[in-house]
Amino acid sequence: MKVLIPTPLRSYTGAREVDASGATMGELLTDLDRRFPGLRFRIIDEQDRMRAHMRFFINGEQVFDLARPLRPTDEVQIVQALSGG
Amino acid sequence: MARTTRKPAAKTKKPAKKARGGRSRPSKTLVMVATRKGAWLFHGDPARKTWRADGPHFLGHIINHVVLDPRDGRTLLAAAKTGHLGPTVFRSTDLGRTWKEAAKPPAFAKAANEEKGRTVDHTFWLTPAHANEPNVWYAGTSPQGLFRSEDGGVSWEEFSIINDDPQYREWMGAQQDGTPDGPKMHSVIVDPRNPSHLYFAMSGGGVHETLDKGRTWKPLVKGLEVVEGFDPATITFHDPHCVRLCPSNPDRLYQQNHCGIYRLDRPSNEWVRIGKKMPKQIGDIGFPMVVHPRDADTAWVFPMDGQTVWPRIAIDGVPAAFGTRDAGKSWKRLDGGLPKSQAWWTVKRQAMTADVQDTVGLYFGTTSGDLWMSRDEGRKWAPIARHLPEIYAVEAAELR
Repeated sequence: MKVLIPTPLRSYTGAREVDASGATMGELLTDLDRRFPGLRFRIIDEQDRMRAHMRFFINGEQVFDLARPLRPTDEVQIVQALSGG
Repeated sequence: MARTTRKPAAKTKKPAKKARGGRSRPSKTLVMVATRKGAWLFHGDPARKTWRADGPHFLGHIINHVVLDPRDGRTLLAAAKTGHLGPTVFRSTDLGRTWKEAAKPPAFAKAANEEKGRTVDHTFWLTPAHANEPNVWYAGTSPQGLFRSEDGGVSWEEFSIINDDPQYREWMGAQQDGTPDGPKMHSVIVDPRNPSHLYFAMSGGGVHETLDKGRTWKPLVKGLEVVEGFDPATITFHDPHCVRLCPSNPDRLYQQNHCGIYRLDRPSNEWVRIGKKMPKQIGDIGFPMVVHPRDADTAWVFPMDGQTVWPRIAIDGVPAAFGTRDAGKSWKRLDGGLPKSQAWWTVKRQAMTADVQDTVGLYFGTTSGDLWMSRDEGRKWAPIARHLPEIYAVEAAELR
């Protein structure tokens, strides 16, 4: 499925949009990390919690659960709520 | 894996000179500056009079420490995070021309109950291990954690028992016991005579020592004071800001603490508050501690205002380093060339250091982004760079 990558993570992917697969949001992130090593740890911490400012949208709907099921036709968007000085 | 690429450093044309006493004079000094918005490398000429800025590296990343591996003279490690991404470590084996991210950055073990599991917010401190342990590094994190890499910083594992030891977790305290930007493990020190003999310090949580390569640790806080009203017997209340071991006498350590400047001469376990000899109107509060590379009686500090609400800026807006030549029996103000008024900046605990040249060069960075240098051991200061981002750490190394 298509995954939209925010600018702070494009040093890993080299692209705004990449392909990845997984039956859940968690599996998708694992696949992304396999393709782009190091990416997952910068958005999910060692306790499997989403880092601050990180948001996931599936077909435009915000999700917080890494167990959220995915369909191959879903479009996933990873968004960073950039803030601060 | 994220990478960045920088232009190659210019090559020096002058051969290395032989210094007084037969010591080979290093050809060039490298000053590594970690800031809130990236890292810079400053390459000095052999006389340390002109400096070439190489940077920014990792623009926009929060860089807490950049350290050169003295064992190979080429490998750099940089502790990084951003305001919006998790922490990591970058590694360069070509003096910063290219960087590669660690495959496994420092991270705590996944807890059975994820609500209780700790998360590394940032790696704060990097220390190359013993000269006989090539490619081994230690890292201290925020919140307090101790990590070790045996492959030059590519992968990191939790080191020793302390990260999950109930007693140490108690001593580490809670978030409110640490510094405003997170409690920190710092001052990870390796005894140059013995790789199994290590020290570390925690803000908060005191100074600790192991003689068996981390199997067991003991607090080393006797003689240290704590904030009035707190009990010094409670390790959590101890707040060492920076601890340094003297390379020329590894039995001597100096410490800038939240509550004064101290010296420890082993085998004694009792710190002596040498800051009592500082001028009363200055006091002995500050963050960095710098030792001379060859004279264990010489050390430097940069006092900060520690009164009332703990402003921790240059006292009265008139910054000055202070140096001792007699192991803390007396101190001399060293402010030649520094601003004489209205300079309200802070020098953080990692932001002052020394090189190893015959006449030692001193360097410090300010929270207002200025990098200062003295070629004569503190008597006269001049800026190397102005208007950098807030400076978190400054390290100096000689390029072979």
